[in-house]
Amino acid sequence: MAELASEIQPDEALPPVAAIAVASLSLIVVGGIYLAAHIPGPVSLAPAVALLVVACLLMALDAALLSRLHSFAWVRFRQVGKWALLAYGISAGMLEYVFLYDHVPSPELVLLTLMLLVYAVDIPLILAFSVARYRRAER
Amino acid sequence: MSVEAPIGLDRASDRGSQAAAANISIVPLRGLPIVAIALILLIASIAGNWLWALDFFHVVAGGLWTGIDLFVGLVIGPILGRLSIPARMEFSARFMPKMVLIMPTLVTLTLGSGFQLARHLGNLSPAYTYHGWLVASFVVVGVMAVIALGVLEPANIAVLFELKSPHPRGDVIGRLMKRFVYTAAITGLMQIATLVIMSRLAS
Repeated sequence: MAELASEIQPDEALPPVAAIAVASLSLIVVGGIYLAAHIPGPVSLAPAVALLVVACLLMALDAALLSRLHSFAWVRFRQVGKWALLAYGISAGMLEYVFLYDHVPSPELVLLTLMLLVYAVDIPLILAFSVARYRRAER
Repeated sequence: MSVEAPIGLDRASDRGSQAAAANISIVPLRGLPIVAIALILLIASIAGNWLWALDFFHVVAGGLWTGIDLFVGLVIGPILGRLSIPARMEFSARFMPKMVLIMPTLVTLTLGSGFQLARHLGNLSPAYTYHGWLVASFVVVGVMAVIALGVLEPANIAVLFELKSPHPRGDVIGRLMKRFVYTAAITGLMQIATLVIMSRLAS
């Protein structure tokens, strides 16, 4: 029983990395919807830029919280993270291809590309953290 | 047996579910070529402006996505909740890896083809009569995407890793499966909103 109990990371001991990443992803989705609702017409980029900046700040907060974790299943985190990064990198690449193919105007394209980058990092982070939190911590 | 109780390993059925769980592949490699073919065909349809193929992908993949979400959330979910932990593990060990490939592929096919169809038909233009309905569908899909990518998919992957561990814990699997089934039900119900919007746009 003690061995079984030691395999699980107590929830309260871990920062809310996945929840913050979900919040960041939500902002990206809102920004994407905002742009998609206006393209190909004229669109004010300010709301989308603001959403992107806050999403990036949340991602940076996640990175800071993760860097403070000493007792954590880092091997499992990296194992899941790298494969998820590959999968969602391909997914983001496909979306970028569609934007380029559809001749999305340059300012919107830059913004959408940056949003895709956050998307391609956020989801692997959520997946890797969600798996690693239930595994035995490494010291 | 309580959901919180550890898995007993002294019964033959428990050992059977353990063996099934240990043999699972988190990503079923045999399915990858099928996924690759589907994605290549989607890219070809977009590049070739094949309206019929875009229509096909959007209707077929969208219908399957909706149907599977509703079926898992409203039919499989309640059944799963009443099964014993070993039975739940055995079912999950065989069911979840398939979902890892099927659902993201269906979502990509539906959204990719749908966006291109809307572009070709001029539905993306703010001047389009039902543009508001289209934006509403973006919002519904956006909410579903956040739920699926932020909660459902991580629960799915975490269950698979738990099943493959030397000592799978029934309480963790039960908790994660519950999260998976509830979120599948929520996205399934949201799919009904998508069906209403799509019917409105198509009529």
